[in-house]
Amino acid sequence: MNTAQYKTWDEFTEGIWRQNPVFVMVLGMCPVLAVSVSAVNALSMGLATMFVLVCSCGLVSLLRRMVPKEVRIAVYIVIIATFVTAVDYAIQAISLALYDALGAFIQLIVVNCIILGRAEAHASKNPPLPAMLNAAGMGIGFAVGLFALGAVREILGAGTLFGITLFGASFQPWVIMVLPPGGFFVLGAWLLFFAWLERRKLRRAAPTTEAGQHV
Amino acid sequence: MSESAFQIFVNALLANNFVLAMFLGLCPFLGVSGKLDTAFPMGVATTFVMLVASLCAYGLNLLLTAFHLEFLRLISYIVIIASAVQLVEMVLKKYSPALFRALGIYLPLITTNCAVLGVALFQTARDYSFVQSVVFAVGGGAGFTLALVLMASVRERLTLSNVPDLAQGTALSLMLAGILSLSFMGFAGLGG
Repeated sequence: MNTAQYKTWDEFTEGIWRQNPVFVMVLGMCPVLAVSVSAVNALSMGLATMFVLVCSCGLVSLLRRMVPKEVRIAVYIVIIATFVTAVDYAIQAISLALYDALGAFIQLIVVNCIILGRAEAHASKNPPLPAMLNAAGMGIGFAVGLFALGAVREILGAGTLFGITLFGASFQPWVIMVLPPGGFFVLGAWLLFFAWLERRKLRRAAPTTEAGQHV
Repeated sequence: MSESAFQIFVNALLANNFVLAMFLGLCPFLGVSGKLDTAFPMGVATTFVMLVASLCAYGLNLLLTAFHLEFLRLISYIVIIASAVQLVEMVLKKYSPALFRALGIYLPLITTNCAVLGVALFQTARDYSFVQSVVFAVGGGAGFTLALVLMASVRERLTLSNVPDLAQGTALSLMLAGILSLSFMGFAGLGG
Protein backbone atom coordinates (compact mmCIF):
# COMPACT_ATOMS: atom_id res chain seq x y z
CA MET A 1 0.00 0.00 0.00
CA ASN A 2 2.68 2.41 1.05
CA THR A 3 4.96 1.61 -1.84
CA ALA A 4 2.06 1.92 -4.29
CA GLN A 5 1.27 5.35 -2.91
CA TYR A 6 4.90 6.32 -3.14
CA LYS A 7 5.06 5.16 -6.74
CA THR A 8 2.02 7.21 -7.72
CA TRP A 9 3.46 10.28 -6.02
CA ASP A 10 6.73 9.65 -7.80
CA GLU A 11 4.92 9.46 -11.13
CA PHE A 12 3.32 12.79 -10.36
CA THR A 13 6.51 14.63 -9.43
CA GLU A 14 8.52 13.06 -12.24
CA GLY A 15 7.19 15.47 -14.82
CA ILE A 16 7.68 18.54 -12.65
CA TRP A 17 11.39 18.21 -12.01
CA ARG A 18 13.29 15.07 -12.98
CA GLN A 19 11.71 14.64 -16.42
CA ASN A 20 10.66 18.22 -16.98
CA PRO A 21 9.36 18.30 -20.57
CA VAL A 22 10.82 21.72 -21.35
CA PHE A 23 14.23 21.65 -19.68
CA VAL A 24 15.13 17.97 -19.53
CA MET A 25 13.36 16.26 -22.42
CA VAL A 26 13.29 19.38 -24.65
CA LEU A 27 9.97 18.33 -26.17
CA GLY A 28 7.23 20.45 -27.67
CA MET A 29 9.53 23.36 -28.33
CA CYS A 30 7.40 25.13 -30.94
CA PRO A 31 4.69 26.51 -28.63
CA VAL A 32 7.26 27.05 -25.87
CA LEU A 33 9.30 29.47 -27.93
CA ALA A 34 6.50 31.08 -29.87
CA VAL A 35 4.15 31.88 -27.01
CA SER A 36 6.60 32.75 -24.23
CA VAL A 37 6.71 36.44 -25.19
CA SER A 38 4.99 37.42 -21.94
CA ALA A 39 4.30 35.69 -18.64
CA VAL A 40 0.51 35.79 -19.06
CA ASN A 41 0.60 34.20 -22.51
CA ALA A 42 3.03 31.57 -21.33
CA LEU A 43 0.95 30.66 -18.30
CA SER A 44 -2.34 30.40 -20.19
CA MET A 45 -0.71 28.30 -22.89
CA GLY A 46 0.72 26.06 -20.18
CA LEU A 47 -2.70 25.65 -18.57
CA ALA A 48 -4.39 24.92 -21.91
CA THR A 49 -1.79 22.28 -22.72
CA MET A 50 -2.15 20.78 -19.25
CA PHE A 51 -5.92 20.49 -19.63
CA VAL A 52 -5.59 18.71 -22.97
CA LEU A 53 -2.83 16.50 -21.59
CA VAL A 54 -4.80 15.35 -18.53
CA CYS A 55 -8.10 14.82 -20.37
CA SER A 56 -6.64 12.96 -23.33
CA CYS A 57 -4.40 10.79 -21.15
CA GLY A 58 -7.42 9.88 -19.02
CA LEU A 59 -9.49 8.94 -22.04
CA VAL A 60 -6.65 7.06 -23.73
CA SER A 61 -6.12 5.13 -20.52
CA LEU A 62 -9.83 4.27 -20.25
CA LEU A 63 -9.88 3.02 -23.83
CA ARG A 64 -6.54 1.23 -23.64
CA ARG A 65 -8.03 -2.28 -23.85
CA MET A 66 -10.43 -1.42 -26.66
CA VAL A 67 -8.14 0.24 -29.17
CA PRO A 68 -6.49 -2.15 -31.66
CA LYS A 69 -2.73 -1.80 -31.65
CA GLU A 70 -2.47 -1.05 -35.39
CA VAL A 71 -4.57 2.11 -35.34
CA ARG A 72 -3.70 3.38 -31.88
CA ILE A 73 -1.76 6.46 -33.01
CA ALA A 74 -4.64 7.58 -35.22
CA VAL A 75 -7.09 7.08 -32.35
CA TYR A 76 -4.87 9.06 -29.95
CA ILE A 77 -4.54 11.91 -32.42
CA VAL A 78 -8.31 12.10 -32.90
CA ILE A 79 -8.86 12.09 -29.11
CA ILE A 80 -6.30 14.85 -28.65
CA ALA A 81 -7.74 16.89 -31.52
CA THR A 82 -11.20 16.69 -29.93
CA PHE A 83 -10.00 18.17 -26.64
CA VAL A 84 -7.93 20.79 -28.42
CA THR A 85 -10.99 21.91 -30.38
CA ALA A 86 -12.86 22.24 -27.08
CA VAL A 87 -10.06 24.32 -25.54
CA ASP A 88 -9.83 26.41 -28.70
CA TYR A 89 -13.53 27.36 -28.50
CA ALA A 90 -13.35 27.85 -24.73
CA ILE A 91 -10.48 30.35 -24.91
CA GLN A 92 -12.23 32.18 -27.73
CA ALA A 93 -15.26 32.53 -25.47
CA ILE A 94 -13.33 33.54 -22.34
CA SER A 95 -10.92 36.11 -23.73
CA LEU A 96 -10.68 37.17 -27.33
CA ALA A 97 -7.52 39.21 -26.67
CA LEU A 98 -5.76 36.14 -25.32
CA TYR A 99 -7.03 34.09 -28.26
CA ASP A 100 -5.53 36.59 -30.69
CA ALA A 101 -2.23 36.65 -28.81
CA LEU A 102 -1.86 32.87 -28.82
CA GLY A 103 -3.04 32.62 -32.42
CA ALA A 104 -2.72 29.32 -34.21
CA PHE A 105 -0.68 27.85 -31.39
CA ILE A 106 -3.76 26.73 -29.47
CA GLN A 107 -4.75 24.52 -32.37
CA LEU A 108 -1.16 23.44 -32.77
CA ILE A 109 -1.34 21.81 -29.32
CA VAL A 110 -2.53 18.78 -31.34
CA VAL A 111 0.95 18.17 -32.70
CA ASN A 112 2.72 18.85 -29.40
CA CYS A 113 4.97 15.82 -29.01
CA ILE A 114 4.58 15.80 -25.21
CA ILE A 115 0.91 14.85 -25.40
CA LEU A 116 1.25 12.08 -27.96
CA GLY A 117 4.39 10.90 -26.18
CA ARG A 118 2.60 10.65 -22.82
CA ALA A 119 -0.41 8.93 -24.39
CA GLU A 120 1.80 6.36 -26.09
CA ALA A 121 4.43 5.84 -23.39
CA HIS A 122 2.36 6.05 -20.21
CA ALA A 123 -1.42 6.34 -20.53
CA SER A 124 -1.79 3.38 -22.90
CA LYS A 125 -0.22 1.06 -20.31
CA ASN A 126 -1.63 2.34 -17.01
CA PRO A 127 -5.04 2.67 -15.32
CA PRO A 128 -6.77 6.08 -15.55
CA LEU A 129 -5.80 7.51 -12.16
CA PRO A 130 -1.99 7.10 -12.35
CA ALA A 131 -2.12 8.08 -16.01
CA MET A 132 -3.93 11.32 -15.24
CA LEU A 133 -1.65 12.06 -12.28
CA ASN A 134 1.40 11.54 -14.43
CA ALA A 135 -0.13 13.73 -17.12
CA ALA A 136 -0.91 16.42 -14.55
CA GLY A 137 2.70 16.36 -13.36
CA MET A 138 3.96 16.68 -16.92
CA GLY A 139 1.48 19.48 -17.55
CA ILE A 140 2.62 21.37 -14.45
CA GLY A 141 6.23 20.88 -15.47
CA PHE A 142 5.42 22.19 -18.93
CA ALA A 143 3.58 25.21 -17.53
CA VAL A 144 6.44 25.95 -15.12
CA GLY A 145 8.96 25.74 -17.95
CA LEU A 146 6.87 28.01 -20.13
CA PHE A 147 6.43 30.48 -17.28
CA ALA A 148 10.17 30.51 -16.53
CA LEU A 149 10.85 31.36 -20.15
CA GLY A 150 8.02 33.85 -20.50
CA ALA A 151 8.86 35.72 -17.29
CA VAL A 152 12.54 36.15 -18.23
CA ARG A 153 11.65 37.29 -21.72
CA GLU A 154 9.04 39.75 -20.48
CA ILE A 155 11.28 41.19 -17.76
CA LEU A 156 14.23 41.67 -20.09
CA GLY A 157 12.34 42.54 -23.23
CA ALA A 158 9.68 44.87 -21.90
CA GLY A 159 10.72 45.59 -18.30
CA THR A 160 7.39 44.31 -16.98
CA LEU A 161 5.96 41.21 -15.33
CA PHE A 162 2.25 40.41 -15.79
CA GLY A 163 2.04 43.89 -17.31
CA ILE A 164 3.33 45.61 -14.15
CA THR A 165 6.33 47.86 -14.72
CA LEU A 166 9.29 46.68 -12.67
CA PHE A 167 11.95 49.24 -13.37
CA GLY A 168 12.15 53.04 -13.41
CA ALA A 169 11.65 55.18 -16.47
CA SER A 170 15.35 54.99 -17.28
CA PHE A 171 15.10 51.27 -18.10
CA GLN A 172 15.95 50.59 -21.71
CA PRO A 173 13.96 47.51 -22.84
CA TRP A 174 16.04 44.75 -24.33
CA VAL A 175 13.72 44.40 -27.32
CA ILE A 176 15.56 41.48 -28.87
CA MET A 177 14.30 39.25 -26.04
CA VAL A 178 10.67 39.48 -27.13
CA LEU A 179 11.61 38.95 -30.77
CA PRO A 180 12.12 35.42 -32.14
CA PRO A 181 15.92 35.19 -31.54
CA GLY A 182 15.39 36.01 -27.86
CA GLY A 183 13.33 32.85 -27.43
CA PHE A 184 16.20 30.71 -28.64
CA PHE A 185 18.74 32.59 -26.52
CA VAL A 186 16.74 32.48 -23.27
CA LEU A 187 15.93 28.78 -23.61
CA GLY A 188 19.58 28.09 -24.43
CA ALA A 189 20.62 30.04 -21.34
CA TRP A 190 18.17 28.09 -19.12
CA LEU A 191 19.55 24.81 -20.48
CA LEU A 192 23.09 26.02 -19.77
CA PHE A 193 22.03 26.93 -16.24
CA PHE A 194 20.58 23.46 -15.61
CA ALA A 195 23.65 21.79 -17.10
CA TRP A 196 25.76 23.89 -14.72
CA LEU A 197 23.60 22.86 -11.73
CA GLU A 198 23.96 19.22 -12.72
CA ARG A 199 27.71 19.63 -13.08
CA ARG A 200 28.02 21.28 -9.68
CA LYS A 201 26.05 18.47 -8.05
CA LEU A 202 28.36 15.89 -9.62
CA ARG A 203 31.45 17.80 -8.56
CA ARG A 204 30.20 18.04 -5.00
CA ALA A 205 29.57 14.31 -4.93
CA ALA A 206 32.90 13.45 -6.59
CA PRO A 207 35.58 14.81 -4.16
CA THR A 208 34.32 12.74 -1.22
CA THR A 209 34.59 9.47 -3.12
CA GLU A 210 37.94 10.50 -4.56
CA ALA A 211 39.26 11.44 -1.14
CA GLY A 212 37.99 8.12 0.14
CA GLN A 213 39.97 6.35 -2.55
CA HIS A 214 43.16 8.25 -1.80
CA VAL A 215 43.01 7.53 1.88
CA MET B 1 -6.08 39.80 -48.42
CA SER B 2 -4.73 40.71 -51.81
CA GLU B 3 -1.07 39.83 -51.43
CA SER B 4 0.58 38.88 -54.69
CA ALA B 5 1.86 35.35 -55.08
CA PHE B 6 5.44 36.58 -55.10
CA GLN B 7 4.99 38.49 -51.85
CA ILE B 8 3.56 35.42 -50.16
CA PHE B 9 6.44 33.30 -51.39
CA VAL B 10 9.17 35.69 -50.21
CA ASN B 11 7.38 36.19 -46.90
CA ALA B 12 7.09 32.47 -46.21
CA LEU B 13 10.64 31.79 -47.41
CA LEU B 14 12.58 34.57 -45.66
CA ALA B 15 10.82 37.30 -43.72
CA ASN B 16 8.44 34.99 -41.87
CA ASN B 17 10.56 31.86 -42.14
CA PHE B 18 8.59 29.01 -40.59
CA VAL B 19 11.39 27.79 -38.37
CA LEU B 20 13.37 30.87 -37.48
CA ALA B 21 10.66 33.50 -37.20
CA MET B 22 7.48 31.58 -36.43
CA PHE B 23 8.89 28.66 -34.42
CA LEU B 24 7.16 25.94 -36.41
CA GLY B 25 8.74 22.54 -36.96
CA LEU B 26 11.45 22.90 -34.35
CA CYS B 27 11.57 19.20 -33.46
CA PRO B 28 12.93 18.05 -36.84
CA PHE B 29 14.94 21.28 -37.04
CA LEU B 30 16.86 20.34 -33.89
CA GLY B 31 16.67 16.57 -34.47
CA VAL B 32 17.63 16.04 -38.12
CA SER B 33 20.03 18.94 -38.59
CA GLY B 34 23.08 16.95 -37.50
CA LYS B 35 24.16 15.98 -40.99
CA LEU B 36 23.71 17.71 -44.32
CA ASP B 37 23.02 14.40 -46.14
CA THR B 38 19.81 13.78 -44.22
CA ALA B 39 18.81 17.40 -43.72
CA PHE B 40 18.19 18.15 -47.39
CA PRO B 41 16.03 15.08 -48.26
CA MET B 42 14.08 15.65 -45.06
CA GLY B 43 13.39 19.23 -46.13
CA VAL B 44 12.24 18.13 -49.57
CA ALA B 45 9.99 15.39 -48.17
CA THR B 46 8.43 17.86 -45.73
CA THR B 47 7.89 20.38 -48.51
CA PHE B 48 6.10 17.75 -50.55
CA VAL B 49 3.87 16.76 -47.64
CA MET B 50 3.12 20.45 -47.04
CA LEU B 51 2.06 20.87 -50.66
CA VAL B 52 -0.20 17.79 -50.62
CA ALA B 53 -1.64 18.75 -47.23
CA SER B 54 -2.26 22.31 -48.38
CA LEU B 55 -4.10 21.15 -51.52
CA CYS B 56 -6.24 18.68 -49.59
CA ALA B 57 -6.91 21.16 -46.81
CA TYR B 58 -8.07 23.74 -49.33
CA GLY B 59 -10.57 21.34 -50.89
CA LEU B 60 -11.69 20.03 -47.53
CA ASN B 61 -12.23 23.51 -46.15
CA LEU B 62 -14.61 24.32 -49.02
CA LEU B 63 -16.54 21.18 -48.18
CA LEU B 64 -16.62 21.87 -44.43
CA THR B 65 -17.71 25.48 -44.94
CA ALA B 66 -20.44 24.36 -47.33
CA PHE B 67 -21.89 22.04 -44.69
CA HIS B 68 -21.19 24.40 -41.72
CA LEU B 69 -18.92 21.90 -40.02
CA GLU B 70 -16.07 24.28 -39.15
CA PHE B 71 -15.61 22.72 -35.72
CA LEU B 72 -14.39 19.53 -37.40
CA ARG B 73 -11.61 21.42 -39.19
CA LEU B 74 -8.75 20.55 -36.85
CA ILE B 75 -9.60 16.85 -36.63
CA SER B 76 -10.03 16.45 -40.36
CA TYR B 77 -6.83 18.37 -41.15
CA ILE B 78 -4.76 16.16 -38.92
CA VAL B 79 -6.27 13.02 -40.47
CA ILE B 80 -5.52 14.37 -43.95
CA ILE B 81 -1.92 15.11 -43.04
CA ALA B 82 -1.46 11.63 -41.61
CA SER B 83 -2.80 10.12 -44.83
CA ALA B 84 -0.58 12.40 -46.95
CA VAL B 85 2.46 11.23 -45.01
CA GLN B 86 1.37 7.63 -45.49
CA LEU B 87 1.06 8.30 -49.22
CA VAL B 88 4.53 9.84 -49.46
CA GLU B 89 5.90 6.90 -47.53
CA MET B 90 4.37 4.37 -49.93
CA VAL B 91 5.51 6.27 -53.03
CA LEU B 92 9.05 6.62 -51.72
CA LYS B 93 9.20 2.97 -50.73
CA LYS B 94 8.16 1.94 -54.23
CA TYR B 95 10.25 4.33 -56.34
CA SER B 96 13.25 5.24 -54.17
CA PRO B 97 13.95 2.60 -51.53
CA ALA B 98 17.39 4.09 -50.84
CA LEU B 99 15.99 7.44 -49.79
CA PHE B 100 13.21 5.67 -47.87
CA ARG B 101 15.80 3.86 -45.78
CA ALA B 102 17.91 7.00 -45.31
CA LEU B 103 15.01 8.96 -43.84
CA GLY B 104 13.88 6.08 -41.64
CA ILE B 105 11.85 7.03 -38.60
CA TYR B 106 11.76 10.73 -39.50
CA LEU B 107 9.39 10.10 -42.38
CA PRO B 108 6.34 9.07 -40.28
CA LEU B 109 7.24 11.79 -37.80
CA ILE B 110 6.42 14.43 -40.42
CA THR B 111 2.81 13.88 -39.27
CA THR B 112 3.55 15.60 -35.98
CA ASN B 113 5.55 18.39 -37.61
CA CYS B 114 3.68 21.51 -36.62
CA ALA B 115 4.91 23.32 -39.73
CA VAL B 116 2.69 21.08 -41.88
CA LEU B 117 -0.41 21.64 -39.79
CA GLY B 118 0.63 25.28 -39.54
CA VAL B 119 0.47 25.70 -43.33
CA ALA B 120 -3.04 24.26 -43.41
CA LEU B 121 -4.24 26.38 -40.47
CA PHE B 122 -2.68 29.64 -41.61
CA GLN B 123 -3.99 29.42 -45.16
CA THR B 124 -7.47 28.90 -43.74
CA ALA B 125 -7.10 31.70 -41.22
CA ARG B 126 -5.87 34.12 -43.88
CA ASP B 127 -8.49 33.16 -46.50
CA TYR B 128 -5.93 32.40 -49.18
CA SER B 129 -7.15 31.55 -52.66
CA PHE B 130 -6.13 28.31 -54.34
CA VAL B 131 -3.02 29.76 -56.04
CA GLN B 132 -2.04 31.67 -52.90
CA SER B 133 -2.31 28.48 -50.82
CA VAL B 134 -0.08 26.53 -53.18
CA VAL B 135 2.53 29.30 -53.27
CA PHE B 136 2.38 29.61 -49.49
CA ALA B 137 2.94 25.89 -49.01
CA VAL B 138 5.86 25.78 -51.46
CA GLY B 139 7.43 28.92 -49.98
CA GLY B 140 7.03 27.64 -46.43
CA GLY B 141 8.53 24.29 -47.39
CA ALA B 142 11.44 25.95 -49.15
CA GLY B 143 12.02 28.13 -46.08
CA PHE B 144 11.97 25.05 -43.85
CA THR B 145 14.49 23.31 -46.13
CA LEU B 146 16.68 26.42 -46.20
CA ALA B 147 16.75 26.70 -42.41
CA LEU B 148 17.45 22.98 -42.03
CA VAL B 149 20.30 23.03 -44.57
CA LEU B 150 21.87 26.17 -43.04
CA MET B 151 21.69 24.71 -39.56
CA ALA B 152 23.14 21.37 -40.70
CA SER B 153 26.05 23.08 -42.46
CA VAL B 154 26.91 25.12 -39.37
CA ARG B 155 26.64 22.09 -37.11
CA GLU B 156 28.89 20.01 -39.36
CA ARG B 157 31.54 22.70 -39.05
CA LEU B 158 30.97 22.93 -35.33
CA THR B 159 32.01 19.32 -34.72
CA LEU B 160 35.55 20.41 -35.56
CA SER B 161 35.68 23.34 -33.16
CA ASN B 162 36.44 23.35 -29.49
CA VAL B 163 33.26 24.03 -27.50
CA PRO B 164 32.99 24.03 -23.68
CA ASP B 165 31.43 20.69 -22.55
CA LEU B 166 28.80 22.52 -20.59
CA ALA B 167 27.30 24.01 -23.75
CA GLN B 168 27.46 20.79 -25.77
CA GLY B 169 24.19 19.48 -27.23
CA THR B 170 20.83 21.18 -27.24
CA ALA B 171 21.96 24.39 -25.54
CA LEU B 172 24.51 24.98 -28.28
CA SER B 173 21.99 24.20 -31.04
CA LEU B 174 19.55 26.68 -29.51
CA MET B 175 22.18 29.42 -29.35
CA LEU B 176 23.05 28.71 -32.99
CA ALA B 177 19.40 28.85 -33.95
CA GLY B 178 19.16 32.17 -32.12
CA ILE B 179 22.01 33.63 -34.15
CA LEU B 180 20.53 32.29 -37.40
CA SER B 181 17.18 33.76 -36.42
CA LEU B 182 18.88 37.07 -35.67
CA SER B 183 20.32 37.16 -39.18
CA PHE B 184 16.95 36.25 -40.71
CA MET B 185 15.44 39.26 -38.97
CA GLY B 186 17.39 41.28 -41.50
CA PHE B 187 14.83 40.17 -44.09
CA ALA B 188 11.95 41.72 -42.17
CA GLY B 189 9.78 43.89 -44.37
CA LEU B 190 11.14 42.33 -47.56
CA GLY B 191 7.82 40.76 -48.54
CA GLY B 192 5.97 44.05 -48.04
